[in-house]
Amino acid sequence: MAINEEAGGQPVTAPGTDQPRMGFFTDTSVCIGCKACEVACKEWNMIPEDGLDFTAMSFDNSGGLGADTWRHVTFVEQREPLGHQETGVGRPEGAPVDLGMPSFERPGDSTGADERGEFRWLMSSDVCKHCTSAACLDVCPTGALFRTEYGTVVVQEDICNGCGYCVPACPYGVIDKRQDDGRVWKCTLCYDRLGDGLEPACAKACPTDSIQFGELDELRERANERVRDLREAGVSSARLYGEDPRDGVGGAGAFFLLLDEPEVYGLPPDPVVTTRDLPSMWRYAGVAAVTLLAGVSATFLGRRTR
Amino acid sequence: MSTSDVTRHGVEGARPGREAVTGSAAVMGGERRGEPEHTRSSDTPEVSGTEFRSYYGQPVLNQIVWEGRDIAGYLFLGGLAGASSGLAAGADLTGRPDLARPLKYTALGAVSGSLVALIHDLGRPTRFLNMLRVFRPTSPMNMGSWLLAGYGPVAGVAAVTEATGLFPRTGRAAAVGAGVVGPAVATYTAPLICDTAVPAWHEGYREMPFVFVGSAAAASGGMGMLTAPLDQAAPARRAAVFGSALETAAVARMEHRLGMLAEPYQSGRGGALMRTAKVLSLAGAAGALLSGRSRVLSAVSGAALVAGSACARFGIFEAGVRSAADPKYTVVPQRQRLREKRAASER
Repeated sequence: MAINEEAGGQPVTAPGTDQPRMGFFTDTSVCIGCKACEVACKEWNMIPEDGLDFTAMSFDNSGGLGADTWRHVTFVEQREPLGHQETGVGRPEGAPVDLGMPSFERPGDSTGADERGEFRWLMSSDVCKHCTSAACLDVCPTGALFRTEYGTVVVQEDICNGCGYCVPACPYGVIDKRQDDGRVWKCTLCYDRLGDGLEPACAKACPTDSIQFGELDELRERANERVRDLREAGVSSARLYGEDPRDGVGGAGAFFLLLDEPEVYGLPPDPVVTTRDLPSMWRYAGVAAVTLLAGVSATFLGRRTR
Repeated sequence: MSTSDVTRHGVEGARPGREAVTGSAAVMGGERRGEPEHTRSSDTPEVSGTEFRSYYGQPVLNQIVWEGRDIAGYLFLGGLAGASSGLAAGADLTGRPDLARPLKYTALGAVSGSLVALIHDLGRPTRFLNMLRVFRPTSPMNMGSWLLAGYGPVAGVAAVTEATGLFPRTGRAAAVGAGVVGPAVATYTAPLICDTAVPAWHEGYREMPFVFVGSAAAASGGMGMLTAPLDQAAPARRAAVFGSALETAAVARMEHRLGMLAEPYQSGRGGALMRTAKVLSLAGAAGALLSGRSRVLSAVSGAALVAGSACARFGIFEAGVRSAADPKYTVVPQRQRLREKRAASER
């Protein structure tokens, strides 16, 4: 059973069972930006269409996570050497092949020898982090959000009354309100599939195993190994994001291997569950309420004028 | 067709609003190359030097889905109701019936309005009662729902017995009960908005309850000055001065401590509303000090105080919305926090 030290030793998964905590490890170093995860997620979960727009900034056409986008592939273009970004990294026996970038001209014609190949795409499939200390779940006034036996966080759609409190509470900008429906929606880590022993649709559809589903402890081990391999191969920018149980959300149930700083992918660099400060907030509020009571009472003291 | 290109010197030929803020992570072995090259500088002088990176300038957080009219209105009316009950109870106990009466009506009207605003803002209003499905101290909105469920009927009894003259002793007890619970009703909305990832709200959580109770006291004092005869309104005038001073001081302190996160409270629509609130509140307080003999000045000052309180709530709401919409306010303070953590661990 996964135990969350930060939350005072509260078990994250169901007590009395030996169901381990399940999660995602998204290794962005092998993401090819195919969006199969976005499509598989939409189809399996029957998420309504929410516009087929070009954002005019990259191949990103879904913009970000929201009520109708539970997997979102980011596309970041950088003038950086491609050299160590091939999928072959970490596998010494496979010689990487540079296919170059698609264009209307021969590769490098316009840039000159200097900048040939000096370009990289960072692609990453973002998803709900299923935090150990989940702000959305904490602030939900109806109990619509709950933690499953897999340690994931799920919205009960028959209970949510659409108060929208969880939306600004999420430090990652994941959960959102579906306007015509009035309720909030987000990734369920395919709760229905898990019950049948199936892996989530996005992980199933991912052709490069960039999205890996499994027991969280095992995924963390695998991720640490992967970072070590990448760094040994020279990709010094490889880092894990959200895997540390000591971070501000007690560790994410869905964590990432990134090749640049989190904010480049639209992720907060140091997210903190807002309810960590709530005991302190209640104390300040208590003092303020007493101040008001005392202040109002004091207005009736003293001699009666006129 | 794209007109821009990402070169070694940054994005070139980009149309406004599509800055691809791209990076400089050291892909090849070796050290990081110092500070990021392609970053957006903050455009305000106080925070020049704070550079940050983002995903095409997109916000990190999802946008607040609350309607300003509903939720800022709910904050304002909740404060007005709670503090009015407090004043009404005091007026009742000290024999000022003409001050107690309008304030009891105000409390009932305001708490009803606040409840209507809250329900109107729900995506599924018919499921409002789901709020009382659980008892959850980690959710200020849940705690607030229980508080309103307890306070609302009591404030209602106080107002109805006042109006009908029936059951005077029950009415007195209800008035005192509402007066004691009122301050909690006026305060809990501060933790409610601060218990979010919205930077300008969350980081102001120490001062926000004092801003809210100050604003509530000023509004209820203003309402008393507006409705009660001069010879019974002295406590309302004192409450107005007390509230206005507390609110102004708490806002000043909050803005000082917030640093760059104070920007949304000082500029744009939020800033304009906050400045208007300050002017109205201080003018109203000055009026309260001088209006012991003028019914007209008392009423005008009272109205200014009520309006000032409303402006403050709408200003705070706007500031929160703006701070959630700009990745700057999310990324820069978090980067700063990481730097401090790293420095502390190296020491």
